[in-house]
Amino acid sequence: MRRLLICVAVCLVQACSAQSTDISAPASVVAGDEATLSTTGSGRASFYLLGPGISRKSDVALGQAIQLHAQDLRNAGAYLAILCSDTCHRATFYVNAAKPTSLTFVVHPSRVPVKLNDAVSGVAFPFDQFHNLALRPVTVDFQLTEGNASLFSRAVRAQDGIAWFRTTSGKSAGALQVVAAIDDLSVRRVVQQVASDPCNLRIKGQRTAAGILVETEPVHDCSGNPVSDGTMVTFTATDASGKSTVDAPIKQGVARAQMTASTAAVISVASGVVMGNELRVGARP
Amino acid sequence: MKLLLPVTLVVVTAALMVIGLTATGQAGGTVGIAAGSAMYGLTPKASTPEQALTNLLVDVRRHNWDLAFSTVSNLTASDEQSFIQDWTGSNGDLRSFSNLESFVLRPLHITNDEAQMRVHLDWTTPVGPIEDVRDFHLRREGDTWKTVWPKFQIANLPAQVIPVTYLRWDLVSGGAEDGWGSKNVDAPHVRIISMNAVEFSGGAVVMGEVVNEDTIPAFVNVNATLLDGSGNAIDDESSFDKIAHVLLPKQVTPYRIDFPTVALKDIKSVHMDVKATLVPASADPVIGVMNQKIDTDFQGRSVLTGDLLNESGQTVNVPHVIASFYDNNGKVVWVADGYVERALLPQTPAPFTVEIPRSLAAKVQNFHVTVNQYSLGRS
Repeated sequence: MRRLLICVAVCLVQACSAQSTDISAPASVVAGDEATLSTTGSGRASFYLLGPGISRKSDVALGQAIQLHAQDLRNAGAYLAILCSDTCHRATFYVNAAKPTSLTFVVHPSRVPVKLNDAVSGVAFPFDQFHNLALRPVTVDFQLTEGNASLFSRAVRAQDGIAWFRTTSGKSAGALQVVAAIDDLSVRRVVQQVASDPCNLRIKGQRTAAGILVETEPVHDCSGNPVSDGTMVTFTATDASGKSTVDAPIKQGVARAQMTASTAAVISVASGVVMGNELRVGARP
Repeated sequence: MKLLLPVTLVVVTAALMVIGLTATGQAGGTVGIAAGSAMYGLTPKASTPEQALTNLLVDVRRHNWDLAFSTVSNLTASDEQSFIQDWTGSNGDLRSFSNLESFVLRPLHITNDEAQMRVHLDWTTPVGPIEDVRDFHLRREGDTWKTVWPKFQIANLPAQVIPVTYLRWDLVSGGAEDGWGSKNVDAPHVRIISMNAVEFSGGAVVMGEVVNEDTIPAFVNVNATLLDGSGNAIDDESSFDKIAHVLLPKQVTPYRIDFPTVALKDIKSVHMDVKATLVPASADPVIGVMNQKIDTDFQGRSVLTGDLLNESGQTVNVPHVIASFYDNNGKVVWVADGYVERALLPQTPAPFTVEIPRSLAAKVQNFHVTVNQYSLGRS
């Protein structure tokens, strides 16, 4: 009888102690903040914390709160807290990114011809001070300005830490300022808008002592932008002695070449896939 | 008896040395570089046109200019420098870096007093072997033959100022501390606008044209990977020097990639890959290609000829001509190239010739010439 009573008492103690030891965690924690985990029970236990970039063990007293320091919770993600005495108990919690303090902004391309559909795109990624991607929805304001004129303005709600836009390039060659902003945080990028293909390519020429000097009129694209210096213009002269070609770059808006034809010649001009006018020059007197 | 063997050996050795130093190789009508004596001062007498020309070319090969010049009939002492320059080049041109490796000569016409000889000269150069064909006129003076040297005209450009609008692209790279998302400069946009694979001399040749569609210069390289019926790679190769690597905005260059050991019938498809890198570049010099026409040369070959005209004020050391040839549908049927051995002086035309394979000559309806250039100390 005495032995039976002892057995019942031991079982009750064990049952009571098993039910009373536990650990609980807050539903969510902000990265870089301190957090408290509560425990129940009595005696000593081992506490394990596992999370992104952290793994540590410490001895704790059951029934007292476990303080997690800010440096333990800098990385956003799922954490696992384990408390082991006779048996082990666990709790999970999620550390969310803190308020965005930096914005990574990728804009493509770095150069774009004017008036090209869906040519400019940008993607913004908000990060907190611990370089955690801020997954909570935030609104990113995208602003594109061309000179002093606003080309595009849109507020985009970030999804899963990403906000993006795509738009048509502007009409004027030059710098396109692209800004992404969250509250008072903003990042600026610059896209170089360049002239498109030449439009209405025209040449004029005159005979000189050395042959024919031929040059284009100032070369513009169809929006009126001067075509970039260095763009190749091909002059072709056909006369009795054969074909002569000169690939000349545009310099200060004009391309010019010296052709050696002494007889009557037909001179044509092209740049890329664009053809210009034909010029007929008579024979040398 | 003890001395007999050493004495015999010495005598035989001496005899062989004398024969070796004085004898010349003769192989029918052709004479190679083995011809001529192996020792200065023992040059065989120029009693025949072949021997006279051989003596000249052997001395040229040895850079023995005084002896070589002495075998020329019509020049005065004041012409020796230009004679030497004709062989050694000037202005950092390709000839300046070349050596006469060998030659083969063939008589075209010989009388008692006059002779016309054709010589195939093989040069070793930094861009590979180059064959040159020259005709020489020889004349008998007494009992020896001498070469009548065509006077080499050194271009004499009048002093002048050629205005050049400086145009150049330089490149500033981002710093190492730049973070992710910070801006960098995109690579230039280049595009293969045509590609054609043909069989040539038992191998395969892949060729076409590439255009720089961007507003900045590009360093371009085209690679081709040949695939068999199972999609496995047979061979891969790059365009190497059959392309103008630096392309300015909107510039077009031909490219050619040779696969001499792969038959076209074994190729199911070709994977093309063009790589473009942003490089610093200059828009100068401008080189015109004048009087282009397809002709037949004195050897009966179809050739594209013309004159290069350097329209800028800088000397171009090594001009490189790359030509694409089109059929009547505008398809590229061949790409050929050739180096001009003389430097391009400002405003001074220099002729060039590019050979068209006999089998393709009839197909060629049109052509486009691109001039690549290498200049010392400039990029």
